[in-house]
Amino acid sequence: MKRAESILIPFGAIAAGMIVFGIFCALAGANPLLVYASLWKAGFGSWYSWQNTLVRASPLLLCGLCTSLPARAGIIVIGNEGALVVGGLGAISAGLATLSMPPWFCLVTMGIAAMLCGGLWIAFSVALQHYRGVSAVISGLLLNYLAIAFMNQLIEGPLRDPSSLNNPATYPLTPDHRLAYFSGTHVHHGILFGVIACLIAWILVDRTTFGFSLKISGGNVRTAQLVGLPVGKLVVIAGFLGGACAGLAGMIEVAAVHGRGNESLNAGYGYVGILVAFLSRQSPLGVLVVSVMVGGLLASGGMLQRAHDLPDATITVLQGILFLFILLSDTVYGRFRTRAHINSGVKANAVAV
Amino acid sequence: MTRRELLAGLAAPALLPAASTNQPLTVGFIYNGPKNDLGYNQSHAEGKATLRRFPWVKAIDEASVPETVAAEESMRDMIFQDNASVIFATSFGHLDPFTIDVARENPSVQFFHCGGLYDEAKHPKNIGIYFGFIDEVEFLSGMLAGLSTRTGKLGFVAAKPIPQVLRNINSFTLGARSVNPRATTKVVFTGDWVLPVREAEASSSLVDQGIDVLTGHTGSPRVIVQTAERRGVFGCGYQFDQSSMAPHGFLTGAQWAWGTVYVRIAEMVRAGKSVTNGTIPRRLTGTLKDEFCKLSPYGPSVTEQSRSRIAAAKASILNGSLEIYRGPIRDNEGHTVVPAGRTLGITDVALDKMDWLVEGVDGRAHG
Repeated sequence: MKRAESILIPFGAIAAGMIVFGIFCALAGANPLLVYASLWKAGFGSWYSWQNTLVRASPLLLCGLCTSLPARAGIIVIGNEGALVVGGLGAISAGLATLSMPPWFCLVTMGIAAMLCGGLWIAFSVALQHYRGVSAVISGLLLNYLAIAFMNQLIEGPLRDPSSLNNPATYPLTPDHRLAYFSGTHVHHGILFGVIACLIAWILVDRTTFGFSLKISGGNVRTAQLVGLPVGKLVVIAGFLGGACAGLAGMIEVAAVHGRGNESLNAGYGYVGILVAFLSRQSPLGVLVVSVMVGGLLASGGMLQRAHDLPDATITVLQGILFLFILLSDTVYGRFRTRAHINSGVKANAVAV
Repeated sequence: MTRRELLAGLAAPALLPAASTNQPLTVGFIYNGPKNDLGYNQSHAEGKATLRRFPWVKAIDEASVPETVAAEESMRDMIFQDNASVIFATSFGHLDPFTIDVARENPSVQFFHCGGLYDEAKHPKNIGIYFGFIDEVEFLSGMLAGLSTRTGKLGFVAAKPIPQVLRNINSFTLGARSVNPRATTKVVFTGDWVLPVREAEASSSLVDQGIDVLTGHTGSPRVIVQTAERRGVFGCGYQFDQSSMAPHGFLTGAQWAWGTVYVRIAEMVRAGKSVTNGTIPRRLTGTLKDEFCKLSPYGPSVTEQSRSRIAAAKASILNGSLEIYRGPIRDNEGHTVVPAGRTLGITDVALDKMDWLVEGVDGRAHG
């Protein structure tokens, strides 16, 4: 029953969201059925659109984990964007410092630096909540602003390549020190990092004692403390791991997409990651599926503009509607079960009588 | 295509421009922000709209395309799904690496990027650069500000201290001081291209300091002009015509006229020319004279006398007798940046590296 619920409710919420979105499209003068068809075609209709979808999904996988891992320990993290940005900055700094080294060494250093930066960023925000009672939601939001300001300061100041006149950026990585693409496609290797991270996270939270202790701390702090779990350490580590994922997403942006650090690091992937985490109900395997789904949605945004003359904000509207429905649907969990229990109870009584 | 058609096409491409194809020429545009921003993006969308006059052009566009893989994807989609053979990437950050990558994959498609420098070593041959020099229009707008101010204090809300922005602050100030030598410009940098709330705060605080003409250079200075109107001071626009934001206090503004570029390139492509073989210039730039940019319509409070002075100055710019970067020019730290007797033409590459603010500007060009 529980399993059926965890599949039916999200899909029901998505269906309801799509219906409301269809009404929105109709009001904007587009035929909703054709819009759905376009969404499908542009997101999943061909190998070409699948490539677009996978490219879009790649940062979302890691940014989704940034919220879903600490959520296991009962902490809502929304500082994904900031963690991605500082991760990207850490990566480009480390990358530029090791340009004289062989590419594999440079890339590994970039990855480690990015994960450290992103991890510490979120761990700090989580620690503030656990030890000092400052809500991680608030501190995460504020830290996002801080990270973006910090990035602008570095990119327009000490890290700036003086030849990047009208588009301030850091010095570039050399082409052989960048992440490669799958041959014959425009999908970069970054997606592998995301998939592997999701699988590791799944094993960690669902198949280890660490994951179990996290769940206990998230479920009830007092109980966790009573059974002697080091709750503080657990939640901070969960925050660190989540942040490390978002930081890695920043590294991928730098090493695969931009080849340098610039203000485009702050492209909103972190915020979409929050959506992904909630849509997947904080499950790492769910993040895997939902990232691809949301990636497909994002990839079809352009088609909606060109084929249906819908405004550019349409895809944001769809995201917003879906997010609302998913959050609403969270309140429905368990209701069906109770009714089913009551029903089966009634039946049992009837039989007894 | 028959052999005769092929031969005719080879023999006289200029005489028979459309002989080889009955398909419309599909032209794709990508903008970084919304196309109704009353600013930079709308100036390009308006440029795209001028292509409607050609029944043989099918122009498509995508707005709010960020400078990420999304830009690559939009360009590829236009090529593969809509058959676009010309792409205009209008935002500075769309070039490297996105336009470069997609151009390399699609050598038969021509790409034109707004701004930046072409690097023969790095960039594929099917990329052209187009841009406008708007300094002279800013100069005229500054002149009108200088003629209209009562306090002699002008305010400039700017996004970032990059050369393009510094050029506008400086030419605006040079214009103002050419008619009102005591005029000064106070600059506030907001730090980013689209920060409406901070732009409004900065504008308001400038008015509190006695400034009575406000202008700016952000993605869209709409909010700046709007705040000027609300606070009862004059406003000068930028990027696009913002006169609707200030029915009383609007003076004028410097705005882009990208339609000139788009019409010209579309005609060249139709005539069989291409940037790949060099028949379309690799770098297509223009000034006020080339109608790449223009002055916004005057607001109601601009006097006849001011109008005729601006018209005279504009005529001198057009006939070449008024050059705005004429030495001696000193920066606001006392260094001579253009020595006496020397004049920098506005297309001079030295100006593309501008890192100073001219005397009379209250602000700092770097950290």
